[in-house]
Formats: sequence, structure tokens, C-alpha cells
Amino acid sequence: MIESDSSRVNINTGTGSTENTYDAIVIGSGISGGWAAKELCEHGVKTLVLERGRNIEHLKDYPTMSKDPWKFQHRGQMTKDFLKENPLISKAAGFGEGTAHFFVKDKDHPYEQEKPFDWIRGYQVGGKSIIWGRACQRWSNFEFTAPSRYGYGLDWPIRYDDVAPWYSHVEKFIGVCGNNDGVEGMPDGEFLPPFDLNCVEKHLQQKVKEKYGRHLVQGRWAHLSEPKDIHTEQGRGRCLSRNLCMRGCPYGGYFSSVSSTLPWASKTNNLTIRPFSVVHSVIYDEQKEKVTGVRVIDTNTKVITDYFARIIFVNASALNSSLILLNSTSRRFPNGLGNDSETLGKYVGFHLYRGSVSADIDGFEDTYYYVRNPTEPILANYRNLHKQDTDYVGGFTTFLSAYRSRGDFEQGQVAIGEDFKNAASLPGGWKVHMYMQGETILKESNHVRLSTDKKDQWGIPLLVTSVGYDENDEKMIKDFLMESTSMLDSAGFKNIRAKDNKQAPGLDIHEMGGMRMGADPKTSMLNKWNQLHHCKNVFVTDGACMTSTGNQSPSILYMALTARAANFAVEEMKKGNL
Amino acid sequence: MKKITRREAITTSALVLGGTLVGSQVLLTACSAPKKGTGLFSVDDIKILDEIGETILPATASSPGAREASIGKFMQIMVTDCFDSDNQKVFLEGIIKLDDFSRTTYNKKFMNLSGPEKQDLLVAVDEEAKKYCHNKPKNAPRHYFSLMKELTMKGYFTSEPGATKALRYVPIPGRYDGCVDYAKGDPAWAT
Repeated sequence: MIESDSSRVNINTGTGSTENTYDAIVIGSGISGGWAAKELCEHGVKTLVLERGRNIEHLKDYPTMSKDPWKFQHRGQMTKDFLKENPLISKAAGFGEGTAHFFVKDKDHPYEQEKPFDWIRGYQVGGKSIIWGRACQRWSNFEFTAPSRYGYGLDWPIRYDDVAPWYSHVEKFIGVCGNNDGVEGMPDGEFLPPFDLNCVEKHLQQKVKEKYGRHLVQGRWAHLSEPKDIHTEQGRGRCLSRNLCMRGCPYGGYFSSVSSTLPWASKTNNLTIRPFSVVHSVIYDEQKEKVTGVRVIDTNTKVITDYFARIIFVNASALNSSLILLNSTSRRFPNGLGNDSETLGKYVGFHLYRGSVSADIDGFEDTYYYVRNPTEPILANYRNLHKQDTDYVGGFTTFLSAYRSRGDFEQGQVAIGEDFKNAASLPGGWKVHMYMQGETILKESNHVRLSTDKKDQWGIPLLVTSVGYDENDEKMIKDFLMESTSMLDSAGFKNIRAKDNKQAPGLDIHEMGGMRMGADPKTSMLNKWNQLHHCKNVFVTDGACMTSTGNQSPSILYMALTARAANFAVEEMKKGNL
Repeated sequence: MKKITRREAITTSALVLGGTLVGSQVLLTACSAPKKGTGLFSVDDIKILDEIGETILPATASSPGAREASIGKFMQIMVTDCFDSDNQKVFLEGIIKLDDFSRTTYNKKFMNLSGPEKQDLLVAVDEEAKKYCHNKPKNAPRHYFSLMKELTMKGYFTSEPGATKALRYVPIPGRYDGCVDYAKGDPAWAT
């Protein structure tokens, strides 16, 4: 239903539904939307991808991809005027002069924070897949079963075996480097050769293995360390270790929707992408008892157009997917599409990124590394695997890197002139930095909802976020800091600095939940195939579908679940069930 | 060559701190009517900043100095676009303070000092800045020389001459090797 204050806009539904009709509509072109498009198009499904932001074409729209540092007027820093206008988005990891064009501006996309929550968004074709972190570990069954085993959440309707083949399917296509390490909490996969550990990382790997039985392994990252035919066919080449990924890669060395899935889908001639298309709602037909299409507002002209399809994939990013369904009301679903369980927008979580530990280590002065590692080593989760061994639930992954700082100065050394300059040009001592990615508990009180009085520039209600930390989070942070300090101490590091940066949730850019999967339609929104329990031709396969957050990086799980759901949808369409 | 004592440094700085300074351009205009630049900085300010930068990171046998990285111009851009008004004020006043310090110490403007004199003067100011930083209350303004030095370091090592000649800049490494031998004296990677 279009709200009354949108009377100033034209509703363009008169052109007849035929030319606005597709087999499938995918809302969102980011990391999961791109996968939905690829799988559907490959199966001959005429697919419309709706993207609220502008178009981005691989290579053509990467204005900073090959710029030297000195070509940036402020050497990467944002101006004070920009920061004043954009205090929120400027906090995002990797945000700067080279990447700002792939993030939204604060004033264009307001939302209401009931509790502090940094909602980081990238509205363009490709979404945040252009600027993602690229870590690609698999979930293990420890994570799928932990909420029910330890009684802190709903049981997942699927297990590792359900997604394992789809992990393989995705890994082979996107290209994930890594080593098969045989770590039980972080299953092996279809990996391209890994990037090296450096000497200090190897030292730490050995020490934590010896003294703690813990596994520090090479990064599992979406980089083409050694492209295969399937990657060359996508027009992508080898990662050349520039480590400037977030500006867009001239070689397609890392995976994004725009370098991989979307052009691949486009080659089938089954794909239509419509940028500048913000989805107002999904259209439910009371007679047919299913969804018939999507109501779209052109972000520039504000003209409203309805598009129709047999199936809808909602991949608008976790919180926006909830927003769209909350705004999709009908007589049948007065509280949002498919929301009989009253769980829509609830059980929202994120990843705990507050803790980090840094330290120095003597020695290793005769070793260095050749330039830049685009990946980061991973210390696999060692908490609450077989049994609960802490005073909190959930686990955490630790990412880390060792590096040589630049320029060591002795106390009292003259810090002006030739000697100073020479010293400042040399590698300094070795340091290490570790940071956590911890599980958080999804709970009903952590939720998003629609504002009852405030709307955005397209007349769509603003999202209200009410998501905060809890006691479990505080205990986990404390444990992470203590354990990391202890490991570094026993590995001979010194000057160990443990830090809780107290950042708001959301800045992790791993927001999840809002439409959790579950076996019981009374307590969940989606079934084991990511279908709405109560409206089977709608699939939600982005972060909104998560039943728990786990501790592994989630993007590749969204991709695997999307591919799995899309193939299921195609089968169901063939059978005439959808 | 006159050695500057710590005591002199503090006295000088205190005298300048006591005055009310509006902005370097105003003062410089009043004193010596330099050529006008645009915005906060005069053309002479940029020249002084080039000289300060070059003294901190001078040209050596192996690499050019900060002047070749147009460090004065870089500081102008960063102070104008990125500094808040408090730090802008500290920075701009700092240019005057430094010149005053030079006059008190050598009876010469900073620009007229010999190389060794500039070096000695900045070593003293650097010491002063370090001590000030160590003792200052958390919310007190920063020392002007800390700002100048930070910008010099950042600007030089990210500039083309700094990154490619003082450091090793490899835009397209082609590969990553985790463990390689390090030969003493090899510069660090620029990025």
C-alpha cells in the first residue's frame, strides 16, 4: 500500500503487467543477491535484480583502483567537513579517500537508534561485496548445534551436511585460498593455495599449538591465488597481492558480485538489473495466497512501478530485508509479510569485534616479508566446542597479523635530521595484532522495527534499531583478552596491550537475523529452504535468515544458503509447486 | 653556533603563548607584508613549512628531502581541509612562535638561519614539544611542532619521492612471500 504522503509521485502500473513480468525477482545485488541471480539465470529463469543504488560495472567504475598514495590529496584521510556531515559512515573499516564512493552518505539514509548501533551500508550494484572483508571459513556442526545444545537459542533446521556441498559449490566458483588444516571447528574446503605465514606468525602458530593445542592457520580468503578455468572464464585473473581490494581490483583477484556472479548471470541473457530501484514492499495476493511481485520506487524520479514474478528472493541486506517485509502489509499479514510468528525483525545479532590485543616481540630482525599479505591468519575458535568450558556461551574466531613497524628510535636519539630520516625509513621491530570475531546471542529484545512517524525521502518508514550488548558479550570479551594476553606472553611477546574499544554493535558490519530459520512456523520466519513458512514463493537468503550468529565469517554461508535455496526453488518451479 | 638551552626554549614559548595571536597571515602581513597566498596560509608560510620539513627530513645521498615532496603545500592542504579550528590555530600560531624563537635565539628570522642553526633550533623545539606532550592535561591543545612533525612524516613517506626513494614502493608486488631474509639497511615497504 502506498502511503498517503506519496501522492506527489506517479504510479506507473498502467503499462500492463507483461513487460514488467519475470520468472524471478531478486531484491538486492550484493553478495547473496548476486548468487541468487547467477543460480537462477543459469537454470534459464528470467530474473530481474533490483538494486536501490547506482550501477557499478567491474573495472569501469573503480575510479581509485590504480591510484598511487600521493595521488590522493589528503593521502587517504577524509576532510573535516566530510567527517562532520558523515560521522557514522566514516567509522567503517576500510573507509577513506580511496573507497568513500562505495559507502552511503549519512544524511541520505537516516535511521533511528534506540540504542547505539552503527549501521554501515553500501548502496550500489554489488552492494557491500565490493568492500567486504573476504574471510571465508566454513561453519562447523559445533556452531549449528550450539544454540540447542547449550540452550541459548533456537535449533537450526539444517546441519553442516546440508550446506557442505553448497560451500564447495561456492568456493569453487568464487575462489577461496587456504589450507586444509583438519581443524574440527573449522571444516576444510575446496581451496586454492594459501598465502604464507610470516616468520613471527609461524612462531606464534607453533607456540599456541604446543602449549594450548590451538590452531593458527593461514587465511581462508576469497582471493584467486591460482586461478582455475572457471575463474578465467569469468574474466578474472590472479591476485597480485596489492591489498587494495576495497577500491575494486583491476584483475578481479578477489570475489565480488560485480566481478563475478552478476556478469556471469548476464551472459545467460536471462538477467535484467534495474539500479536506482528501492523496494517499497512485496505484493501479496489474498486470493492466490502468494506473492505476485514487488513494488519499486525509482530513487531519482520517485515513480512507482510494480514488477511481477513467480518467486521473490529477498537479499536486501539483513536489516533492510526485515524492513521490506515489515512494510509489506496486507489483510492476511497485517504485521508484515509471513509474520504469523511475530518474530519478524526480532532475534537480531551481530559479531563481537570489541576486543583486540597488540604486542611486540624481540628478535627476528634478519627476517622480513615480501610486501603485502592480502589475507590474515586465523586462530580457530577454541571455546565451547564439545562442551561448555566457560562462564558464557558461544565462541570466537581470532584474526591476527604480525608485521614490522617502520622506524625504531632509541630513547634520547635526536629526532630531527639525517639520522632520524634514515632510521624512519627502515623496518622497525616486529609487532602482532589480534582481534576477535565473537558470537552473540540472538534474543527477542534485540530487534528492528518501523518508525511510526518518520519516513525517508521515498516515503518508506525509517528503520528503528534496538540492538545492544549483553552480559554474555562482556564475559566473552574479557575471556578473549585474557586468553590472547596469556598466549602472547607464553610465546615470548612483550609490552602486551589488551583493549576493549567499546564500539557500538553494527560496526562489525556483520548484522544478522530478523527472519530466523527454524523448523517450527510458530517461532521462526523461514523454513530449512529459506522459504517464508507462510508464503512459500518468497525466499530470504541474506544475513536476515540466521538462526544464530556463530563465530565464523558469515558471507560465504549466505552465498551457500542462497545457491542451495535457488536450486531448490528451480526444482519446485519445475514440479509446479511454485 | 649558539646552543639553545631548555630554559630558553620554555621562556620563549611562554612569551609567545602570553600574546593573543590571530593567525599567521595577519601577523606576517603586519610585520613584513609578504606575498599573499590563498586562504589560511601566505606564500611565505609555505616556504617556511618547506624549510621546517626539509630540516626534519633532509635530502641525503640516497633520497630527496621533504621539500621535494612539496611538504609545505601538503601541510597547507591538510591543515586547511582536515584540521579542526583549534588545531588550525595552534598550527598557524606555531609558525609565528617558531620565527619568534629564532629571532630571540639567533636574532635572525628562521628562513635566514644556516643549516646547522635550523637543525639546532628544531631539535630544541622538538624537545620542548615532547616534554609538553608528556606533561599536558588530556584536553589541552597540542604542541604546534608535534603537528608539523606528524604532517611532515605522513606527507613525506606517502609522497612520490618519499615512498619510492626513501622507502621501497611496489604498487603491484605480484606475489606475497611470508619469510624473506632482511639485509641490514634495506628500506621498509612504503605500503
